[in-house]
Amino acid sequence: MSNQTSRPAGSGRANMKRELPEHFRSYKHVWVFIEFEHGRIHPVSLELLGEGRKLADKLEVELAAVIAGSGHDALEEVAGTTFSYGADLAYIIDNPVLADYRNEPYTRVMTALVEKYQPEIMLLGATVLGRDLAGAVATTLKTGLTADCTELAIDGERSLAATRPTFGGSLLCTIHTLNYRPQMATVRPRVMAMPVAQEGRSGRIVEFTVDLKEEDIITKVLDFLPDTANEAAQLAFADIVVAGGIGLRTSENVQLVRDLANALGGDWGGSRPLVQKGWIPAERQIGQTGKTIRPRLYIAAGISGAIQHRVGVEGADLIVAINTDPQAPIFDFAHVGITADAITLLPALTNAFRQRLSVNRLAG
Amino acid sequence: MQIFVCIKQVPDSGQIRVHPVTNTIMRQGVPTIINPYDLFGLEQALRLRDRFGGEVTVMTMGPPMAVDSLRKALTYGADRAVLLTDRVFAGSDTLATSYALSNLILKAGETWGAPDIVFCGKQTIDGDTAQVGPGIARRLGLSQLTYVSGIDDMDLTDRQILVRRRGDHGVQVLRSQLPVMVTMMEGSNEIRRGTQADALRAARAEVVKWNAATVGIPDVSLCGLRGSPTVVKKVFAPTAREEKAEMVATTDQSPVAMADALINQIFTRQPALQDDLLRQAAGH
Ligand SMILES: Cc1cc2nc3c(=O)[nH]c(=O)nc-3n(C[C@H](O)[C@H](O)[C@H](O)COP(=O)(O)OP(=O)(O)OC[C@H]3O[C@@H](n4cnc5c(N)ncnc54)[C@H](O)[C@@H]3O)c2cc1C
Ligand SMILES: Nc1ncnc2c1ncn2[C@@H]1O[C@H](COP(=O)(O)O)[C@@H](O)[C@H]1O
Repeated sequence: MSNQTSRPAGSGRANMKRELPEHFRSYKHVWVFIEFEHGRIHPVSLELLGEGRKLADKLEVELAAVIAGSGHDALEEVAGTTFSYGADLAYIIDNPVLADYRNEPYTRVMTALVEKYQPEIMLLGATVLGRDLAGAVATTLKTGLTADCTELAIDGERSLAATRPTFGGSLLCTIHTLNYRPQMATVRPRVMAMPVAQEGRSGRIVEFTVDLKEEDIITKVLDFLPDTANEAAQLAFADIVVAGGIGLRTSENVQLVRDLANALGGDWGGSRPLVQKGWIPAERQIGQTGKTIRPRLYIAAGISGAIQHRVGVEGADLIVAINTDPQAPIFDFAHVGITADAITLLPALTNAFRQRLSVNRLAG
Repeated sequence: MQIFVCIKQVPDSGQIRVHPVTNTIMRQGVPTIINPYDLFGLEQALRLRDRFGGEVTVMTMGPPMAVDSLRKALTYGADRAVLLTDRVFAGSDTLATSYALSNLILKAGETWGAPDIVFCGKQTIDGDTAQVGPGIARRLGLSQLTYVSGIDDMDLTDRQILVRRRGDHGVQVLRSQLPVMVTMMEGSNEIRRGTQADALRAARAEVVKWNAATVGIPDVSLCGLRGSPTVVKKVFAPTAREEKAEMVATTDQSPVAMADALINQIFTRQPALQDDLLRQAAGH
């Protein structure tokens, strides 16, 4: 996607109908790569199973989970989890070389598996691991890969329609991989809803073995320093999030956002320009190139609502926007809006919330 | 040592506007910059050169005007700049871009010596895919080290490199073997202010200009639009929600009155949230 985002819609090849080459016709089924690291399944993999299930049902094919790692029992347990989240079968690749994620062995395994079992769609999380792996696998297979999708659908010709925000701040584009298989896409954590697990749902396990030896792998993992439970990591999972944008006017006013978040026991963040100005740290950025959030309540103060911001917050149950400009695009997708100066309204909100909640404490 | 740095010239995203009627991007008059993520790689490259000796070559595939970014990179201290420009590359997606760039790297390697390290940006701010770096690594058989937060050590005799890599749940300490493709994390290295001497040199320097033929692209059908498996079928503006935001208005325009009205509205819509907040506040 590096250059083609500027192409006008419907131009050139986009409107050409092309037959899928014969050798790709046997490619069937939808796969989800399961990120299983340090004994944990990344939540994005389960979110993708939910999404993959819908695509597989539409195509009337099976949904498979791909699970690589070391230790058969652990991998089988992961397979069981993927069945309850919608997978019909799980490919298990168990090899000591796969204990820690490294690009080289994982790319080899994934490429070999695709060549053998031929999926038509492969989904990965747009995490550090997923992005590292997807780019390498897609290049090896010489197929198309659409990054950071916000919507996936199947069109009338059984083709994956992958939608993502595009350059410029207010547009979306839908991308297809017409003549190649598999069609690959990555999706960021929290963009898709977490499906409800169905206990007791079962599936088939297919073991896949590859000839991998540690001596053949060039890159060695010498050490792993796990993250401490730092507070920023919680932003994506917070129930209440308050965020500020350029409408805050000064870096000092970021404090007003923090105060309100504090009063509500929530977390806080901001739009990308605040990161660029150095007002907030990068891990507090909300949106397409920052964190995607799905809180019960999102309060956006002085944020215009560009598409890159919108896609990061659309999963919120209730979006409340505070903006001086009644025409601001954020009012197109917020549930509740108020035309007001954030700099005076935020402290008033903090006070009012505090009062209501402390009254209750006295009563309780 | 030879270090290659892939940089991309991108429009300054802060200044992009979308035409309100036609939904097309208005690029005219928008200033261009070096993709900000690429500068972390460039700075790291310059530091390694300053320590180990050798040369830093910056390269890009793009339109003729991308020469501006290359010249800018020379002012920071890069030794040489190469532009690959040709109409056959128009409309390249990431697969076609990595094909063009890997051939550019091969040709540059033949000319000045094969690279020990190729730096790419973590991602671009226009394409924003983070795919081109891994694509180049695969095509050239380089070890792929993405999201590197620091290069701790390097040994040119053993050809070993020791890096810290930002994983999803922590930091991996990795040892790999040159040649490698590295993408640097943002914030890892602030780009230096070039010296006066570098600025003067950059102003006079000749940017090497190559096209598909001079680079010797083996198969032009793998370039540009034709060589791109992904196709943009539709560009559109997001639709507004069915129901517009309910606007809270008060006759009393004081912040206190507005705050009260807004909270009432929030709690009316989310009674469960109100209950939970109250319970939390009461310490349950
Ligand atoms: C590839 C790419 C990726 C991007 N990724 C992200 C991302 O992840 N996250 C993100 O947020 N952006 C992202 N952006 C940037 C995005 O396009 C917008 O530029 C950005 O979200 C705008 O930030 P803002 O709303 O704070 O500022 P502005 O657009 O400048 O809006 C400021 C708003 O504040 C209002 N205002 C002014 N004064 C007040 C006041 N006193 N009280 C209340 N309101 C006031 C104004 O009416 C205006 O609506 C990305 C852009 C690109 C090109
Ligand atoms: N046309 C290009 N010319 C040179 N380098 C590029 C080009 N496109 C992408 N890159 C490099 O690949 C990185 C990732 O780009 P992307 O996959 O578009 O996010 C960039 O930061 C650059 O280092």
